[in-house]
Amino acid sequence: MPGTKQDIINKLRKDILLLEGFKPPSAGGVGSIDLGEIESAFPNGVFPVGAIHEMMCASPEHIAASSGFIAGILSPLMKRGGACLWISAGRKLFPPSLMAFNTEPDRMIFIDLQKEKDVLWVTEEALKCEGLAAVIAELQDMSFAESRRLQLAVENSRVTGFILRCDPRKAGTSTCVARWQISSVPSQAEYGLPGVGYPRWQVDLLKVRNGSPGSWQVEWSDGHFVPLEEEKEMHEALVRNIG
Amino acid sequence: MQRRFVSIWFRHLTTDWLALRRPELKTLPFVFAAPDHGRMLITAANPLAGAQGISPGMALADARALVPSLEMADHIPGKDAKLLKALGEWCIRYTPLVAVDMPDGLVLDISGCAHLWGSERAYLGNIIKVLRSKGYDARGAMADTVGAAWAIARFGKDTPIISPGAQAAALLSLPPAALRLETETLERLEKLGFYHIKSFIGIGRSVLRRRFGTQLLLRLEQALGKEDEPLDLLQPVQPYQERLPCLEPIRTATGIGIAIKKLLDNLCRRLEGEGVGLRTAVLKCYRLDGKVLQVSIGTNKASNFVNHLFRLFELKIPSIEPDLGIELFTLDATKVEEADPEQELLWSPESGGLEDAGLAELLDRLANKIGAANIRRYLPREHYWPERSIKPALSLQDKRATEWRTDRPRPSLLLPRPERIDVTALLPDNPPMLFRYQNKVHKIKKADGPERIEREWWLEQGEHRDYYQVEDESGQRYWVFRSGHYSGDQSGQWFIHGFFA
Repeated sequence: MPGTKQDIINKLRKDILLLEGFKPPSAGGVGSIDLGEIESAFPNGVFPVGAIHEMMCASPEHIAASSGFIAGILSPLMKRGGACLWISAGRKLFPPSLMAFNTEPDRMIFIDLQKEKDVLWVTEEALKCEGLAAVIAELQDMSFAESRRLQLAVENSRVTGFILRCDPRKAGTSTCVARWQISSVPSQAEYGLPGVGYPRWQVDLLKVRNGSPGSWQVEWSDGHFVPLEEEKEMHEALVRNIG
Repeated sequence: MQRRFVSIWFRHLTTDWLALRRPELKTLPFVFAAPDHGRMLITAANPLAGAQGISPGMALADARALVPSLEMADHIPGKDAKLLKALGEWCIRYTPLVAVDMPDGLVLDISGCAHLWGSERAYLGNIIKVLRSKGYDARGAMADTVGAAWAIARFGKDTPIISPGAQAAALLSLPPAALRLETETLERLEKLGFYHIKSFIGIGRSVLRRRFGTQLLLRLEQALGKEDEPLDLLQPVQPYQERLPCLEPIRTATGIGIAIKKLLDNLCRRLEGEGVGLRTAVLKCYRLDGKVLQVSIGTNKASNFVNHLFRLFELKIPSIEPDLGIELFTLDATKVEEADPEQELLWSPESGGLEDAGLAELLDRLANKIGAANIRRYLPREHYWPERSIKPALSLQDKRATEWRTDRPRPSLLLPRPERIDVTALLPDNPPMLFRYQNKVHKIKKADGPERIEREWWLEQGEHRDYYQVEDESGQRYWVFRSGHYSGDQSGQWFIHGFFA
């Protein structure tokens, strides 16, 4: 009897997720985004595509780290040939750097605007367009009502959106499915060699709807995300073997 | 583009036609004649009659005296015009711009057409050969101007093709009649002993105008290509334009919307039938007070899809001020290109990529609101200098010519221009130990480099840059460089240029 009760609750939870706009990943959908254990923080245990993610970026360093992290997520999203839109006022992103994260820069369309108000309008229009793989917008401020408009657009079109919030002090509630903060951490060159190693980030999942927030460290190497704990173990095993 | 014209002269237009209708006349001398002032005047003579000294304008009785067996047919008024029109329409296979040149010729604007037949010689040869094989005695010539082609076709002795720019030299030895002048002027020239164009072409313009009127000067300039000569085309190219006059002046946004929709409906139906789509369109609203308002749209991809185009105009409706009311709308498609017929996507809409119709429509809408210059896409360029390593793509279909380079680290964010930093570094060429940027001190823990990037001396002069990838104690990674070689004075040599992910 308790088993069946649990089943019913699980079933109901899944129904609620569906009502809230979470669709279980379809078989023919986008290839899984290999984020390792971070994915377990999300409902259904998959990175939610077709939703809006919020990235907190206080400084240019944060924007750089977030754009690297996003580019890593984009590469499976764009695998099927889709294009991306990068909307911002005062963009500094250097397109060739995307190539390091397996994302083709020539399929990224940049929309450079002068006014903050236009960024919101363009973002909403872009999120309504089904032919896109993802939309990334750099925004200073977004009210709850505006975020709800974006969420409604995304629910119909199933486009994945990333909002870079450049002024985190103004960050209020929003309907975004997850709120991230990506910051760089010191890299480790392989086998104690000198120099700068692969990019490494502290990934803080500050808020996630129907999931459990958490904090991880990941590294981008050889074209995918590597959670750091694993790597440490591998390193220890290697040392042990050599020893 | 270099403009080229062909003039075709039908020497025996109507008689050739009659000989085709009645083959038995081919071997007989015959003429067309018409009653004039109580006698019969010859209006056209076939080559056989012409060889025996019979020419148009002679009285039929005189001709009969010369050739007693002369056959006569009644002159048919307007027949030559009809024949020329039919021949001109047939010539549209060679060029879309054909004009009838009364009374016995055609003018073809063949700019950019001749290469389709291999060369100008083959092109002209083909036209004349086919016309002759049909039974019309045609002569043709090609030149830069209508006047020169006309002259060479009728009076030319050597080559029928005048190479570009050579029309003046070709005209020199021709008689003044080659300039299409009135008989009165011709007679006066004859009387004064001007038997060739070269004998009066050097005379001052004012003198010529005083003696012979402006007609001679105009014809001369036209033949030399200094004056434009409009052609009365057989099938003029219809501009893509729609008009909508309104019974009552339109003053509301809804009304303007309906008007635009009506115009687009008509225009798109025509575009669709011709397999083309518009790239730019201009809507003009003529207001009651005489002012003309104008809004224009542009698309990334040729489109003849009413709903999409209407959505583009819809964004512009608020900028139209009807004031007292608009009485006339016109819609011009100023730039039209071939459009691919709409195709259903085979699989999911995600696979569209840059060719996706939805994306093109979105970008159109954005471009019309925020300006096309703000939408950019980048392609790699074979330069090491970071600012020059990318170039904006010209269109969505533009493909990259070279691969993106991944062998060197490049920062995620690149500052629009390098910013000066204060640096402490070991001499002479070690990476910095610490640097101060925007009043914050960053202690460098790890560094890679230098990567020396030289200026491209054929493009600009200046110092090279030694780039270092550095990481500070909190793990933030920067791209800094020293401009030029180490010199005694370190200050002002170091710059920050980017942020790594």
